[in-house]
Amino acid sequence: MTDSAATPRPAVDFKPYLNVARKIGGGILMLALTFIGLTAVTFVIGRIMPNDPVVAIVGDRASKEVYDAMFLQLGLDKPIWQQYLIFLGDILRGDFGNSVMTGQPVLEDIKRFFPATLELATIATVVGVIIGIPAGVFAAVRQGTLIDHCVRVIGLLGHSIPIFWLGMVALLVFYAKLDWVAGPGRIDFFYDGIVDPVTGVIMIDAAIAGEWDVFQNALSHVILPASMLAIYSLAYIARMTRSFMLDQLNQEYVLTARVKGLGEGTVIWYHAFRNVMVQLITIIGLTYASLLEGSVLTETVFAWPGIGQYITNSLFNADMNAVIGGTLVVGISFVFINMLSDMLYRIVDPRAK
Amino acid sequence: MKFTAPLKGLSLAAILATSVAFPAIAETPADTFVIARNTADAITLDPAECFEFTGSRIVANIYERLFLFEPDDLTKLVGGIAESYEFSEDGKKITVKLRPGLTFHSGNPVTAADVAYSLSRAVKLDKTPAFIIKQIGWTADNVDEAVVAVDDGTVEINILADLSPALVLNLLSSSVASIVDMKEVQKHEVDGDMGYAWLKDNSAGSGPFMLKNWKANEVVMLEAFDDYRQGKPAMNRVVIRHVAEPSAQRLLLEKGDVDAAMELTADQLKGLAGNDDVSAESYPKGYLMYLASNMEHPVLSKPEVREALKYMVDYDGMVGSFLDGQYKIHQNFWPSGMWAAATDTPYSQNMDKAKALIADAGLDADTKITIDTLNKSPFTEVAQSVQASLKELGIDSEIILSDGATLWPKYRARKHELIVARWGPDYSDPHSNADAFAHNPNNDFEAKLTGKLTWRNAWPAEGLTELTDQAAAESDPAKREATYAKLQKMVQEDSPFTIMFQAIGTFGQRAKVKGFVNGVTSDQAYYKTVTK
Repeated sequence: MTDSAATPRPAVDFKPYLNVARKIGGGILMLALTFIGLTAVTFVIGRIMPNDPVVAIVGDRASKEVYDAMFLQLGLDKPIWQQYLIFLGDILRGDFGNSVMTGQPVLEDIKRFFPATLELATIATVVGVIIGIPAGVFAAVRQGTLIDHCVRVIGLLGHSIPIFWLGMVALLVFYAKLDWVAGPGRIDFFYDGIVDPVTGVIMIDAAIAGEWDVFQNALSHVILPASMLAIYSLAYIARMTRSFMLDQLNQEYVLTARVKGLGEGTVIWYHAFRNVMVQLITIIGLTYASLLEGSVLTETVFAWPGIGQYITNSLFNADMNAVIGGTLVVGISFVFINMLSDMLYRIVDPRAK
Repeated sequence: MKFTAPLKGLSLAAILATSVAFPAIAETPADTFVIARNTADAITLDPAECFEFTGSRIVANIYERLFLFEPDDLTKLVGGIAESYEFSEDGKKITVKLRPGLTFHSGNPVTAADVAYSLSRAVKLDKTPAFIIKQIGWTADNVDEAVVAVDDGTVEINILADLSPALVLNLLSSSVASIVDMKEVQKHEVDGDMGYAWLKDNSAGSGPFMLKNWKANEVVMLEAFDDYRQGKPAMNRVVIRHVAEPSAQRLLLEKGDVDAAMELTADQLKGLAGNDDVSAESYPKGYLMYLASNMEHPVLSKPEVREALKYMVDYDGMVGSFLDGQYKIHQNFWPSGMWAAATDTPYSQNMDKAKALIADAGLDADTKITIDTLNKSPFTEVAQSVQASLKELGIDSEIILSDGATLWPKYRARKHELIVARWGPDYSDPHSNADAFAHNPNNDFEAKLTGKLTWRNAWPAEGLTELTDQAAAESDPAKREATYAKLQKMVQEDSPFTIMFQAIGTFGQRAKVKGFVNGVTSDQAYYKTVTK
């Protein structure tokens, strides 16, 4: 025996690593389960829908021969479980098939349409957070005052005004009459194709390429649709912040802090708000995820080529490859954001540590 | 108060971030024609496959055919790539001389070999529109012998079916008969696919425009072809922007961000009346809206009921209200504005007559009928009007609304009772619609002649089927026209079809736009004549 063996080394505490590993493993398992669940559900819905995927491809006037050939080509003669396995195998290989509607591989379509929605959703969420949280805090602190009423009315309106109508009015006022911003579409056509898509988010791509004209044009296009979605997100975030904050302000520790003679700002922002933040993370995560599903109406009004419009159009056209591909991507990002907000939650909440 | 400080900063930042004004460029460039249109239907731009409205319009501007309609006279077929043609004595062979000196966008000359390759390619690929030229009797096996390049400038076309020469020329003027650049297409062939994968979103034509860029559901860009046979078009570029929402289209048009908006509603067009910068335009469309009864239905198959339906429809009421400006009354299977179209409208609403016919039919008091239609305007409104008329006749009905992807398979499976549907010609010859409305060689369910409306409604079209074949084979134009007149009358009087309306296309354009021609069929949209 050697000395080193004789002297016991301090025991390594594997627990934290195990915890992390377990969490990562759990996350992956969760993703895998979600993936299987999503594919199964979308596949089954695709099959039980009264849509005919063959007609979607060959058109309603095709002869029986053409129809039958496509029926076989799509493998619709095989038992349904076989169809599902083939379909699952294709997806695992990254092959979502071609979209009937665009004629392109579904994966290519998603690469094009998803960043457009991501762009809108991110801006809307950021604006929602920047304006919604302070507004909610303010309303709670000044409960019952005019400002509180204003925040509550905005919260109510943001949640109840049809975004389709609001979008049209916004276009009419800020684009058609005042000429402050650009109209429907993601970019003016003469700027189209100037910058190569790197991230798919035109503004970022334009910034990378140093094409500031393109950047400005894209920004001008994004302002209105993003604002429409931002109204929705900020209304929701402000309302929730207000109610969480009211909850905290009535707690004893707030009173204690005040009695101790801490400044009002410290009491509100350092003590009360820190506790609210934990709850807000979940709310913000949910808002972001729901915006990522794509706001079909906003995208339609603003001719915004996003994933919401893509999935909806695909549904109407019985374009099942596209529906499944689009739904999967949205579903996976939903799970991903949930995991992310869960992690943030643990970082921010002292009790979770 | 201290806590408001961060609020102030943040609010200022937010206001700055959201209210910075970027004036949009309000005018389209002088050499660019910008169109707002719902392009969601565009799937492919390969002429051998393309059968959708948006795609056909684009293909028509990229490719030329042997024969085509020029914008100055949309009823007269002229030579496109063909300079002259001659039929053989027996009418079974056409010898076509090509215009000399034509080139494709690639710079390759347009030769007889390209013509033979293009027609053969369309038949062999056998995509949806291939049936149009396959009527000439061509199959994948015989087409190479049927269409032969004699020399660079001469093609021999053999007609293997019993068809009128005029019909053959019309079939050859359809989109699927577009001439593609053989050398260019072959360069992009993968696994013997005849360039199918490549030609979906690339172009190899000799038409006035070349495809520059197509992003589905976003934008299509065309660029003028310098060496076009009629000279380079005035517009250097044509841009078709995908804008699904008509209100957004209208805003773009009024602002001058687009030169034409293709899907404005009748109300929106009226709303443009006071604006001198824009004008509302209309053109006859080939689309017909009809009411059809499934002849397997015990009540609807009664001749009296069928006739009652024709007298029950409130044609004037609908055209005078919600169809105003979008549809006109038309009661024959071939749309007006086309050769040989009958335009008489003998039916108008006559409830007394309809009631008497229903009484003759002797219906049960509890007769209930379903009406299938598309879940969009104005189909829903038409179905409601039909429902109201049926109610007046003492027949209860239920309206079933579906989207096209659901409705058409149901119709193809003969599972409907009454249906309010639409139909448009596939090519510019009355045979196109006669084949759908008056021809049914086998009414058995197993025959599955789903491409024919007669079969879908389980109507054997006795007598009419033979007459349709006869008309298709007739070589004397006058006799042919007379046969179509007779066929239209027969379908109008005794068929499961109550043909009601013909669509009127409407669009708005900037006042400075001149020469934009939008014809009866999808492939009669001409960008080459546009000036600004």
